Amino acid sequence: MPDYQTQKPTVLEILKNLETLPGNLLPILHEIQDTLGYIPPDAVADIAKFLHLSQAEVHGVITFYHYFRDTPPGKNTIHICRAESCQAMGGKALEDHAKQKLNIDFHETSADNLFSLEKVYCLGNCACSPAITINNEVFGRVTVEKFDQLIATYKEAQQ
Amino acid sequence: MTRLFISRDSTALSLGAELVVNAAQGHAAAKGLNIEIIRNGSRGLYWLEPLIEIETAKGRVAYGPVQPEEVAELFDKGLLEGAEHPLFLGNIEELPYFKNQNRLTFARVGLIDPIDISEYQAHGGYRGLKNALALEPAAIVKHVSDSGLRGRGGAAFPTGIKWNTVLNAPADQKYIVCNADEGDSGTFSDRMIMEGDPFVLIEGMTIAGLAVGATQGYIYLRVEYPHAYTTLNQAIESAYQHQFLGENIQNSGKTFHLEVRRGAGAYICGEETSLLESLEGKRGLVRFKPPLPAIVGLFGKPTIVNNVISLASVPIILDKGGEYYRDFGMGRSRGTLPLQLAGNIKHPGLFEAAFGMTLRELLYDYGGGSASGRPIRAVQVGGPLGAYLHESQFDTPLDYEAFAAISAVLGHGGIVVHDDTVDMAQMARYAMEFCVEESCGKCTPCRIGSTRGVEVIDKIINNEQKNQNAVLLRDLCNTMVSGSLCAMGGMTPIPVLSSLNHFPEDFDLETNQV
Repeated sequence: MPDYQTQKPTVLEILKNLETLPGNLLPILHEIQDTLGYIPPDAVADIAKFLHLSQAEVHGVITFYHYFRDTPPGKNTIHICRAESCQAMGGKALEDHAKQKLNIDFHETSADNLFSLEKVYCLGNCACSPAITINNEVFGRVTVEKFDQLIATYKEAQQ
Repeated sequence: MTRLFISRDSTALSLGAELVVNAAQGHAAAKGLNIEIIRNGSRGLYWLEPLIEIETAKGRVAYGPVQPEEVAELFDKGLLEGAEHPLFLGNIEELPYFKNQNRLTFARVGLIDPIDISEYQAHGGYRGLKNALALEPAAIVKHVSDSGLRGRGGAAFPTGIKWNTVLNAPADQKYIVCNADEGDSGTFSDRMIMEGDPFVLIEGMTIAGLAVGATQGYIYLRVEYPHAYTTLNQAIESAYQHQFLGENIQNSGKTFHLEVRRGAGAYICGEETSLLESLEGKRGLVRFKPPLPAIVGLFGKPTIVNNVISLASVPIILDKGGEYYRDFGMGRSRGTLPLQLAGNIKHPGLFEAAFGMTLRELLYDYGGGSASGRPIRAVQVGGPLGAYLHESQFDTPLDYEAFAAISAVLGHGGIVVHDDTVDMAQMARYAMEFCVEESCGKCTPCRIGSTRGVEVIDKIINNEQKNQNAVLLRDLCNTMVSGSLCAMGGMTPIPVLSSLNHFPEDFDLETNQV
């Protein structure tokens, strides 16, 4: 994990920029995760101090929401939808295949650090299930073959 | 210059719309063709995406579904002139799937450039706001009450009553909050509005602000919708530039500010009080009611919390009057409901219709049956907390009360189709598992009952004291219904019990009423 001291100025700047926004904790956490890729555990103390909250409160918010993470993600993050519509179109088989292909479970990152795998409940792409996202891109009607193609494409782009 | 339309809607993009745009631009540049590509919303006929529409001398015609590698050939065969081709669809609005809808809320979705405010106005946009600016607040609320509009997020509470409560709550500050945390599987109508016609939502929220005296609005958008986030922010910026948001809206002296806030992947934040907690920067724990959010809402102030579709239906009500909207529908379900056909269905998409058509008509006449070609066995209507319906119930009219009468919910209008390969015991188990995953944890029956529910269903599946465990499961469901503050724990039993009652053979139970 990167040294927090190198990230701290970024965190403090985000806090300062969003200081006057009402209900600003979620926007702050989003901004930190957008910028650093995750919310460094050491940032909790700085956030809490700045917002006059206890560290427990900030930690509680971070852990309540599935989207926030406290470890750095791989180069690409894959979200696989587990909801009913995708199940009706073979989502479970896709999920099993993805875990096997990347050799990881949900909330893990592949050994080459290229892919993190996360589950999600609905991407709003239910008209073309099963659906996944890779980073901010949505893919519909994802068969096992299409998944493998996508993985190959993203691997290639990395080289 | 020929104008082409290729969608920027998430689902169209998920099928390669961006690649189609690139191919068309590349081809046009190579051949020196003078074209402009408008990135519209989706018409909602998703089996035809990626769709290309072209403005020709013969009118607007469509081709689809178009793969990127087919683009060059389509151009060479006369796409810009609307020439015949196996992918040629003619005027999309003449297809029965489109023609037989009542597109009130979705009138402009897929038709126009979603972030072009002048096109929005040219197609009837901001007429409702203009009328509202000339009315007293109570008269605006009366239009909404007269329309019979009920909350489209799922709870179907009369919108006019909610607005009236906020109007009559004295306060120095009030808020309009749009619930755009569309987390139900099988639903995407909110997303389609936000990506395809964001101004209609902005206009609806502005009218709500005028109606109750609120000067600040928030759209609480789920983080899973990055494209909607972009489109909304582009539209909001444009509305500010054109004086449709901000201080002194259209020189009326009225103020309304609007901001998009992102959720963070918690299904429970679609529950209105949990959403308010989240907007305040806290864990999304459900609040006790009363006090209602209309009295003590965001930051303790009177707040309207409405779903995207509810708010997006307001501009046409203020444009054409409450009676116009009320004349659609049946019984106490007035107006239209944007239905969403999803899952294992041949023709998935958005179907906005007046209340009253049957589920069977929608599934077979328009949906075309299952995508797999196998018989449709179970249909879940109203999201993960909705009932699984058996084929014998498909003649139920799509109406709030008719669905309630068969212990089902219409909810947000999402319809997820399963063919005969579905294992309903697994779906019941999944409903409990989803509750384990997404419960906020405040109420014990929801937090712990859901975990026990998974265990009990596993025992039934594994043939351990099957009949006794079925009794236990029903008892547990009863506790969850009676002992939970909100719909998460209170409605998770609906998919579980409907699976058990209508599909007992999947649990290998002899009788469906143990």
